[in-house]
Amino acid sequence: MQSVLQEIGINNYIYLSTILFCIGIFGVLFRRNAIIMFMSIEIMLNAVNLLLVVFSTYHQDAAGQVFVFFSMAVAAAEVAVGLAILVGIYRNIHSIDIDKLKNLKG
Amino acid sequence: METSLLLFLLLAPFAGFLFNVFFGKKVSRNVSGTIGTIAVAISFGIALNFFFQINSTKKPILIELFHWMTLGNFNVGFSFLLDQLSILWLLFVTGIGTLIHIYSISYMHDDENLHKFFAYLNLFIFFMITLVTGSNLLIMFIGWEGVGLCSYLLIGFWYKNQEYNDAAKKAFIMNRIGDLGFLIGIFTLGYLFSSVDFTTIKTAVASGQTVDLGWLGFGTFCLFIGASGKSAQIPLYTWLPDAMAGPTPVSALIHAATMVTAGIFMITRLNFLFDLTPNIQMIIAVIGAITSLVAAFIALVQNDIKKVLAYSTVSQLGLMFLALGLGAYEIAVFHVITHAFFKACLFLGSGSVIHAMHGEQDMRKMGGLRKYMKVTYITFLIATLAISGIPIFAGFFSKDEILMVAFHENKALWVIASLASIMTAFYMFRLLYLTFFKEFRGTDEQRHHLHESPSLITFPLIVLAILSTVGGFISFPGHSWLNEYLKPIFIRAREEHHVDTTTFMLMGVAVVGALIGIGIAYSNYIKKSQVPGADNEITGFSKVLYNKFYVDEIYMAVIVRPIYAIASFSKNFIETALSGFIFGLGKVTNMVGTQGRVLQNGSVGFYLFVFVIGTASIIAYLFLAQ
Repeated sequence: MQSVLQEIGINNYIYLSTILFCIGIFGVLFRRNAIIMFMSIEIMLNAVNLLLVVFSTYHQDAAGQVFVFFSMAVAAAEVAVGLAILVGIYRNIHSIDIDKLKNLKG
Repeated sequence: METSLLLFLLLAPFAGFLFNVFFGKKVSRNVSGTIGTIAVAISFGIALNFFFQINSTKKPILIELFHWMTLGNFNVGFSFLLDQLSILWLLFVTGIGTLIHIYSISYMHDDENLHKFFAYLNLFIFFMITLVTGSNLLIMFIGWEGVGLCSYLLIGFWYKNQEYNDAAKKAFIMNRIGDLGFLIGIFTLGYLFSSVDFTTIKTAVASGQTVDLGWLGFGTFCLFIGASGKSAQIPLYTWLPDAMAGPTPVSALIHAATMVTAGIFMITRLNFLFDLTPNIQMIIAVIGAITSLVAAFIALVQNDIKKVLAYSTVSQLGLMFLALGLGAYEIAVFHVITHAFFKACLFLGSGSVIHAMHGEQDMRKMGGLRKYMKVTYITFLIATLAISGIPIFAGFFSKDEILMVAFHENKALWVIASLASIMTAFYMFRLLYLTFFKEFRGTDEQRHHLHESPSLITFPLIVLAILSTVGGFISFPGHSWLNEYLKPIFIRAREEHHVDTTTFMLMGVAVVGALIGIGIAYSNYIKKSQVPGADNEITGFSKVLYNKFYVDEIYMAVIVRPIYAIASFSKNFIETALSGFIFGLGKVTNMVGTQGRVLQNGSVGFYLFVFVIGTASIIAYLFLAQ
């Protein structure tokens, strides 16, 4: 039985996730706005999730997809905590530019 | 009943110690001294009671307070053995102890730390009782260490004087060397017999259990080293003369009458083991004889009244070891008892003299005290006659028996011991003449203050003088009560020499020898009125003697200096190297830290960059590694 997903070749999925992941990495490395960085992290996470789903489909094993559910739940919790921290930071220094967070240094 | 009596016997001095430690300062001086004295007197009373019981029933009493430890099949009980030997020791330890406590009330009256003095004395009696009544070697060792501690505390009692502190440390360290030997001996016996209990070992030996004689010899030799440390024999005797730094009652009690006889007690206790190792016995006899001769030589020229007595103690202890080595344990015990009487009397007498002279101990500054201190003089004279071996007095019988045994066993040892006895008579009378005869040689102020000591001091002197006179009759040649009494202690009965013409001849020789010694002293110090010269006038052989054969200096050069050299080598090189290495480690860590902390620059972007690079390189590595 062929699923809809399998009609597209697996290579294309892998290229897509790689591109998404790299976008995420560069976003984290080069943007200074904390919210954008958060979004980049989410992109990376979702690139991996996508890959997991694809592999699990091709592999005929539902475990990968179950794992993705957990991963998404954890990501949601993480975002909630992260955004709360960002709000806290903004209240203190009226900015979410990470270059201004330099008080802790050796 | 017996258990509670024993506990009273043991704990009365300990209670006195606790009282004087905690409340001694709050109560008046007389109360402090009286409590200390009563505590010991109680012990003496109980010891007397036990003595009469044992003397009639002839059965030893074994009291186990509790089980101490079990190691495999090796059991040690916390138990006490009251038999003929320990009771005898108890009697004179507590008896003379009581007298010396009485004496100390007056002698130490002006000392600010009087309560501390009595506390230490009581603690000493407690440990001495533990030592003699312990039923196994470990309990004995507790007492053995305890009396060593008290000896240390009391030698350094006047702790503000650095010399006295040094003397105390010397005594302690010398004793430690011996104690190590004793401990190894205990382990060896424990290994051989799987027990350290006297009764068990005795039964094992009596039933003919086979023992490795080589190991047994090693064990008994180690025990002898322990004994020679405590009882001041060559080569560990040098602490005893220095121990005279302590107050005079301490010298009398610990360093003459009781503690120093602990070694003899221990060897007598284990006589059945020493009987099995004749080689070790021979060593003991020879060491004893040489010690008695060397110490007698040194005593000939000493000018400090207490130093003379100290060397005479070493010499007499040497005679006792001679008797032990020849297997005549009961005679050694006999001499211990008579020696305790007359030597305590002599020390207390010298204390009385020092008291009258306001702390002066140099005999060259005394003289003529006979006129001022009648009681002290007469008691001192009696004790001197006793130690010199003049008939009727106690020392004559015991010393004569030792000489007799030596004559029958080994003529060379007899000659040495006889020489030592003759010298004893000489130096004791030299002491007597210089102190009590002729004219007073001190300052006018001292002469003005000369007085007989108060009755608390003279009473113990009189009692001890009486004991020094009649004490010899407990072992009258031919009808010896003591030998009969002590028989159950030994396994092998020593055949007694019958009183015959040889006996009387030897007695005659001994008495003539003593009289010769006295005669020389008389002609030198009474007829020619000699007074020993100042320290720098002494020349020739007497200078060697005056400096105690330079033994302290030799020990200094041969043992102490090399140890110091090793210590300073360790300090200067090994310790420097080690600490350099450790400090180096610290420095490296510090440097890495100083450099490394620059990385923590506070920029989140930089951290993220490093994080990504790191993760990427780990992943790349994992891929490449496959």
